[in-house]
Amino acid sequence: MSSGIAFEHVSFAYAGANVLDDVSFDLPEGEFCLLVGPTGAGKSTLLKMVNGLVPHFTGGTMSGRVRVAGREVRGAAPADLADVVGYVGQDPLAGFVTDEVELELAYTAEQLGVDPAAMRKRVTEIVDLLGLADVRGRALARLSSGQRQRVAIGAALVAGPAALVLDEPTSALDPTAADEVLSALHRLVHDLGVTVLLAEHRLERVAQYADSALLLNGGRAVWGPVAEVLAASPVAPPVVELGRLAGWPGPPVTIREARRHAAGLRDRLAGLEPAAPVEAAGPPLLEARGVTVDHPGVRAVDGVDLAAGRGERIALMGRNGSGKSSLLWALQGTGRRSGGRVAIGGTDPASLKPGERRRLAGLVPAEPADLLYAETWEAECEGADEDGGAPRGTCAKILADLVDGLGAGTHPRDLSEGQRLALALAVTLTAAPPLLLLDEPTRGLDHPGKAALAARLAALAAAGHAVVVSTHDVEFCAEFASRVVILSDGAVVADGPARQIVAASPMFAPQVAKVLPGRLTVGEVAAALEREADGTGDAAGG
Amino acid sequence: MPPAAPSEAPRVLPRRAPVRAAVHPAAWWGWALLLATAAGRTANPWLLLLVAAVAGLVVTWCRGDEPWSGAYRVFLFIGLSAVAVRMAFYVVFGGSDGPTVLFTLPSVTLPDWAAGFRLGGAVTAEGALAAAYDGLRLATLLVCVGAANALASPRRLLRSVPAALYEVSVAVVVALSVAPQLVESVGRVRRARALRGNTGRSPANLMRTVVAPVLHDALDRSLALAAAMASRGYGRAAGVPAPARRATGASLLIGLLGLCAGAYALLGTATPAPLAWSLLAVGAAAAVFGIAFASKRVPHTRYRPDRFRALDWAVLASGAAATAGTVLSGVLEPAALWPATNPLGVPELPLWAAAGIVLAAAPALLAPSGPSPTPLPPKGTP
Repeated sequence: MSSGIAFEHVSFAYAGANVLDDVSFDLPEGEFCLLVGPTGAGKSTLLKMVNGLVPHFTGGTMSGRVRVAGREVRGAAPADLADVVGYVGQDPLAGFVTDEVELELAYTAEQLGVDPAAMRKRVTEIVDLLGLADVRGRALARLSSGQRQRVAIGAALVAGPAALVLDEPTSALDPTAADEVLSALHRLVHDLGVTVLLAEHRLERVAQYADSALLLNGGRAVWGPVAEVLAASPVAPPVVELGRLAGWPGPPVTIREARRHAAGLRDRLAGLEPAAPVEAAGPPLLEARGVTVDHPGVRAVDGVDLAAGRGERIALMGRNGSGKSSLLWALQGTGRRSGGRVAIGGTDPASLKPGERRRLAGLVPAEPADLLYAETWEAECEGADEDGGAPRGTCAKILADLVDGLGAGTHPRDLSEGQRLALALAVTLTAAPPLLLLDEPTRGLDHPGKAALAARLAALAAAGHAVVVSTHDVEFCAEFASRVVILSDGAVVADGPARQIVAASPMFAPQVAKVLPGRLTVGEVAAALEREADGTGDAAGG
Repeated sequence: MPPAAPSEAPRVLPRRAPVRAAVHPAAWWGWALLLATAAGRTANPWLLLLVAAVAGLVVTWCRGDEPWSGAYRVFLFIGLSAVAVRMAFYVVFGGSDGPTVLFTLPSVTLPDWAAGFRLGGAVTAEGALAAAYDGLRLATLLVCVGAANALASPRRLLRSVPAALYEVSVAVVVALSVAPQLVESVGRVRRARALRGNTGRSPANLMRTVVAPVLHDALDRSLALAAAMASRGYGRAAGVPAPARRATGASLLIGLLGLCAGAYALLGTATPAPLAWSLLAVGAAAAVFGIAFASKRVPHTRYRPDRFRALDWAVLASGAAATAGTVLSGVLEPAALWPATNPLGVPELPLWAAAGIVLAAAPALLAPSGPSPTPLPPKGTP
């Protein structure tokens, strides 16, 4: 019997639908296990089972046994398991009970009745372990998002649990903050011997830290070494896909492993120029000069100049809090703008009424559900037609182009993340704005979902829209962008073709570029290899 | 507080104490409530304005730079709207009357089943003044609560409640955090609505496009918070037998009801004072018993509890001075506390009460907020 996390023939059904089907695995103590699977595969359900939130909070039918550190978990309430399992959710702010770092860290220990002297010692240890010493007396609202996530992890650890369960802990974080969080976790596994089970869509960030992986697909689970599991997985980080494409043994999971194999492929590709993307420099559309946005006590955007032409696909990157959202909202005209000029096709959107403004620029906010308020997606589409004064059926037609297979009469909040995003996008596009802005659209999307979004946006750009997307996701950026603008502290620090900007920045370079300099995506490499296979004429001619 | 390891705490505490805000949150709330009690015992506009000014002065001098420090302004605004609402009610529904008619509104007499009610009619200066005094009193009470909020977050206050009330206090904390979240949520949903070009102002439209999404959001958040709290051990049964839990619960409830009834009787003018005081005493005794009984059985501990020190007593005493002043004036010069509005006249300033309230400004000198106790975020951190 292991003293980590063990599932024995666990099945779970909710409202008649099977979510998990005879799942068995046995994580040894101190293992760092990565839970992978497509959206909707039941990853969150499995994680919540470890500490009893499923089925206690959700209902449903469960069978089989779950044991953590040798203790039977099934049937126990989450509160009674707080000393064995720490649970960290996606949005740390939603789970904070107090408003100060130290109090938050001590909360679980208080609940468990830990002796005050021991509690003080534990809190101090955790603070040091997670590098929170500088902020220990601060209010939670004043922390950066990476610090918040580390506080949430620390708060789950103070009671000294045997297992730590994390549901997409880095999905809202920029690459640097995500790295801070993950390396802190890595250290915990070594120092405290905690068994960690972590679900994440951005596999490229996590795969290198994990000891093993658990693939959940269609209710079934497969557990094994990271490389083996990812090789068979429908979702895999680019480096694994590259390895599959090139037939590297393993396949390699980390950049360093991949580089060792890459010499041969690099030589093969050396003669092949990347397919020069046809950059149709469309007629200018957006002209922003010296845009400044002040929030109380902080200048979020500081004199940004940005011009965009039709057909351009711009990725706006930068750390959390670098002013990306504020800039998008100011460009659209609904958000606050303290200074500077914005002209879309010669008109300042802020001077228009909201109804006319959205015909110039459409914005899909970071929480797409904010745009939706009808009971069904069909009603939502009709409402969008009415709002925009568009002919009946316009929105439904756009939506059908973006996504298919929506169940009739589904509530917008019951759609999957990708479908909901498509609906919000269709609602926005109903007004036919030439400028399309999206704020962090990739949260909660798996790799195929992101690829589909990139393809959709590229089609829209080809149809004459200018598309500006703010994102943390370097892999999405590599798939999507023709141009990258990097913001830091509200100012533009880099602006240029995606290929140059991304390659020059270690923080924003996609995995493929790190292995094969000059190439951004697996698709690009595959296309180049295909052209090579078709005949060397192209390469020689180029 | 459970009696665990008292010998350990003093050794570590003195070194770290300066990190905490200087005054105990219970002292701030006590001070503010005493000030509010003083305001509740008078309708004299000079005294009420003085109370509001003292509260404002102390807030300005003593508050930190935490997120809740702006609460005073919010409550001031709510107070002003209370005055406005009270005036509007007087104009529409009438109230006390006098000989000086300012203007006359078309009047409607309600049918028999609502006899005694008139809508509209003559608006008199005397009635308006009485309504204004009344509204001002309510506004001042609100301002006092706002001051307490700005000086000490209610969450920190609740950390100091006895262990037996722990579960209740967490429920209250969660309820308190809903309001600011709703405000933020409404802002977000309204902006998103503008993105859709929907600017309709009909109630049905607002209900569908603003109220429903905001409530949806609030519900999602509460579920997330409940799940997070449960996974962190909130509400562990931890082996307390059910009969004991029920007994403590009942004595707590009775005690709190007694306290409330006593406080209400004391603040209202209709109940004879001896009855009010005895109600309060009985209620307090029941509450103390229930809390002491329950605290012994609670399996929770507290991380670095705030201590009550001489400074905190001084703050409390300055608040008590305001209440004492009004009580004294109530005995010596009751007419000045409740100035007549018919006939019209400039109310006098009751000296004892005024002196007491001025004393309540002492915390501004005793515990001014120095340079920010918490370090500001480093520049480069996003």
